[in-house]
Amino acid sequence: MNPPVLSVRDLRVWYGTARGAVRAVDGVSFDLTPGETLGLVGESGCGKSTLGRGLMGLLPEGTAIDGEIHYEDRDLLALPPKQQRSVRGPDIAMIFQEPMTRLDPLMRIDDHFAETLKTHEPDLSAQEIRTRSLEALGGMGIPPTRFRQYPHEFSGGMRQRIMIALALVLRPRVVIADEPTTALDVLVEAQILGILADLRRNFDTALLLITHNLGIVAEACDRVAVMYAGRIVEEGSSRDVFREPQHPYTQALLGSIISLSTTELRSIPGAPPDLSMPPPGCRFHPRCDQAMVVCADREPIEERPLPGRRVSCWRYGPDEEIPPGGTEPLVREEIAVADEA
Amino acid sequence: MKRSSSLRGYVITRTLLAIPMLLILLTVVFLLMRVAPGDPISAALGGKLPAAELARRKHDAGYDRPLAVQYVEYLKDVATLNFGTTILDNRPVTQVIAQNGAATLELTFFAMIVAMVAGVGIGLLAGAYRDTAIDLGGRLFGIVLYAAPVFFLGFLAQLTFGKWLDWLPTSGQTSPVVGATLQTHTNILVIDAIIDRNWSALQDVLRHLIMPSVVLGLVIGGIFIRLVRVNLLQTMKGDYVEAARARGVKEPRVVYKHAFKNALVPVITIMGLTFALLLGGAVLTEETFNWPGIGAELVRYLDNRDYIAVQGIVVVTGIIVVIVSLAIDILNAWVDPRIRY
Amino acid sequence: MASQLETPPVPSSPQELDDLAPMQRRRLGALRRMWAPMHDAKGMPKAIVWVGIGITVAFILMAIFATQIAPYAFDQYKTAEGVRFIKQQAPSAQHLFGTNVMSTDVLSRVIFGSRTAIEVVLLSLFVSMGIGLPLGLISGYHGGKLDRTLLVFMDAMLAFPSLLFAIVIAFLLSKTFGHGVVTAALAISIVYVPQYFRVVRNHVISIREESYVEAARAMGARPWTIMRRYVLQNVIQNVPIIATLNAADAILTLAALGFLGYGIQPTEAAEWGYDIQRAISDAGAGIWWTGLFPGLAIVLLVTGLTLVGEGLNDVLNPVIRKRPIEPVELPPREGAEAEPEPGDEDQT
Repeated sequence: MNPPVLSVRDLRVWYGTARGAVRAVDGVSFDLTPGETLGLVGESGCGKSTLGRGLMGLLPEGTAIDGEIHYEDRDLLALPPKQQRSVRGPDIAMIFQEPMTRLDPLMRIDDHFAETLKTHEPDLSAQEIRTRSLEALGGMGIPPTRFRQYPHEFSGGMRQRIMIALALVLRPRVVIADEPTTALDVLVEAQILGILADLRRNFDTALLLITHNLGIVAEACDRVAVMYAGRIVEEGSSRDVFREPQHPYTQALLGSIISLSTTELRSIPGAPPDLSMPPPGCRFHPRCDQAMVVCADREPIEERPLPGRRVSCWRYGPDEEIPPGGTEPLVREEIAVADEA
Repeated sequence: MKRSSSLRGYVITRTLLAIPMLLILLTVVFLLMRVAPGDPISAALGGKLPAAELARRKHDAGYDRPLAVQYVEYLKDVATLNFGTTILDNRPVTQVIAQNGAATLELTFFAMIVAMVAGVGIGLLAGAYRDTAIDLGGRLFGIVLYAAPVFFLGFLAQLTFGKWLDWLPTSGQTSPVVGATLQTHTNILVIDAIIDRNWSALQDVLRHLIMPSVVLGLVIGGIFIRLVRVNLLQTMKGDYVEAARARGVKEPRVVYKHAFKNALVPVITIMGLTFALLLGGAVLTEETFNWPGIGAELVRYLDNRDYIAVQGIVVVTGIIVVIVSLAIDILNAWVDPRIRY
Repeated sequence: MASQLETPPVPSSPQELDDLAPMQRRRLGALRRMWAPMHDAKGMPKAIVWVGIGITVAFILMAIFATQIAPYAFDQYKTAEGVRFIKQQAPSAQHLFGTNVMSTDVLSRVIFGSRTAIEVVLLSLFVSMGIGLPLGLISGYHGGKLDRTLLVFMDAMLAFPSLLFAIVIAFLLSKTFGHGVVTAALAISIVYVPQYFRVVRNHVISIREESYVEAARAMGARPWTIMRRYVLQNVIQNVPIIATLNAADAILTLAALGFLGYGIQPTEAAEWGYDIQRAISDAGAGIWWTGLFPGLAIVLLVTGLTLVGEGLNDVLNPVIRKRPIEPVELPPREGAEAEPEPGDEDQT
């Protein structure tokens, strides 16, 4: 196996608000190897966008971050801020959700590229800048004739492709894509996904694909990490996870997918918890139909029930950590329709 | 989606739109000047002449004809720039506008420079260093400047710099000697002095210019500070600003190139809006400093019920306002490519 | 009443039979929610608003109790015994702010001037809102020719220098109404009508095509109900800010009119701008008290009003509002992860 290009351990990102700290990311660990696409999937508000921004260092004021982000051989969080920022762009790049507003409306496309390239490779000649920019754009299907146009002259899908080209022109080793196709229609989405797939083939780029769309994950990702309430509850190869989900949350998610063979609608009762006051023990236990007594009491310890799979669920042990009687089913009141933990 | 970034098309369209506005303005002035005071002759000389003489003058001037006929005559006159002669001192109104208008132009031009430097400069600083002492100081400065009537500032300036420190002259456009000896070519004395290479006259003119233009400029600048600051704050939150940071663009450049520039786009519109304030403020400044501008003349003629003069001045002012707002719109389109339609 | 749009009220007490009461209570609740950010805001923006309110209230009190507070009448130039005051006397015990060229007491004129200013501003606010808001509402909702015509008019009015406009109107009105508070107020109010018109009209237009308005129309709700429910709330939030800022501007316009001589005549009432005009010639002689105090009064009151408006804007405007942030304390990491590399025990 290749050594991972990005290695995250115990990452925590907590927001400061008037109500108290919101634990958007609360102890996340994963690895990314070159050429692999890891899908990070979860409901709205589970912290996946925060995780992406935390990795990039784009957090708002008043946010605290802790843990380790190992890029190649450095721990980014242990570096002084200036060096942390230097990684942004040439090493780790980000593609955002709404392409419509991500380009400076007063700058032409070629100026965007020139700015990006000159910031990180100041010795490039104008000709080289032009060549590389056109090359990156050409890879996205944008013709050179449009190089000098303004952002408002492009459609949403094309702007997203320009954003991807801008991210790739520096040839980063890691790309974080935060819901890159959510704002686009299905046909354009397919194109973008195709482009992202080419990335790993041609450049060995590692891609962290953040999305709430399980279909995209199934199609485009090698591995998938399922996130709930700021934690990763299950992680494994996407094919395996989809075929044999281990965590009750993953099972419920997959069970709620609508396809041609769906006969009844199934949803997960309840709502995601308030992250400023998460429930004790396993965060999913209030909504879990397989919850046990221990689940409400202690946080689950990560286990590896299958090769290449990580699960955080008491159903998989470790048995010696469960107190006697802990495996009894958990008795709770009926969850009301609009109940929040 | 057909989008032509043609500046020329925009200019043509916008100019055509200005014409109805102009017509409305002319009509309103016409009606105002006929409605309340009655006809200009009676209003100005009503008590001073015997009735027969009054009637004769009215007839000569054509004020006893039907309103519609007068209106057509009026429009013809405006089109040929024939604004008549003042009742009070028998000057052709066009001469009044040319001579005194030039003085006002000189004053407002330099005032605008002061306003831009002070206002935009401090506004950008306040926004960039939000909630620091610089920000609060700048904002308070702006508010107090706006709150101080220009004639009060003028009063204070005359007291301090004129009387107590005796650094600068407090009234008039020139000292009497220079006023008599300086050749007028354009009526804009600064330019005239330069044309003649009359350096001592230039110095005299500039010294007289400092107090009025700085006082007026500061008051207008106070408004700029607030507007620029708010614009900058909004711009800094923009998506493209975040995206630029994600590409590793250095923070100073993010602020100066992306945020400042985008924040200033509406400033051009704001400058256009404050132009109207500028004209109003000019009237007050001219009264305070005995500046022989068009505002002072307007007041003088108004006091003497000289409606022909007043009508001419107001019409020309209106036309200038329309032209300036047209110019501002075109400037806006040149700066912001999204506006051109 | 048209209650198709109202959701069934939450039953509060079994005695609740009155239809209107729950509606009113919810509206109060909505008002409170609208102003909630005021309570959240901490520190500077809140302080700014309170300082502004303090100053404004002080002036209002001064205006109300002018006759009690001021040592002399605003046009009084001699004592009760008939002894004339000294002209242009420097500040002294009998005349704390000195006297001006008309031998009247500067302090009294400043105090009475606040009464004039408040009267004029209140009257003009009333008139301009009374004309501008309904016009904007109707124009925005009905659109079409009416809207386009009004829009062109209002834009033209906005573009024209407001002071010149006010001068002309004051001039014309003075024939019928004289040179008092009413003329000045009316002249000033016409200048601000377009602003209220625009604010309401733009908001009505922006929500006119929203789906919930369409749904309301489809359900048969009458236009007035729709406007009241969706438009008024937002307008109520915006209008105080605009009103305070306009009030500040109105005081400056009043003073400007007074300065030029088109405002309120000195026999009718005391007015700050007029006093400063008289004081300009004093500057050459080094007499500073006749102009300084009226000018400071203007600066203070306008600043107070502007602080209120700006402060409110800072707090209520969602775009630039700053959410209150508590600094975050991360507790130290716990060990025990099933990862090949155990976490180190360090903290934040």
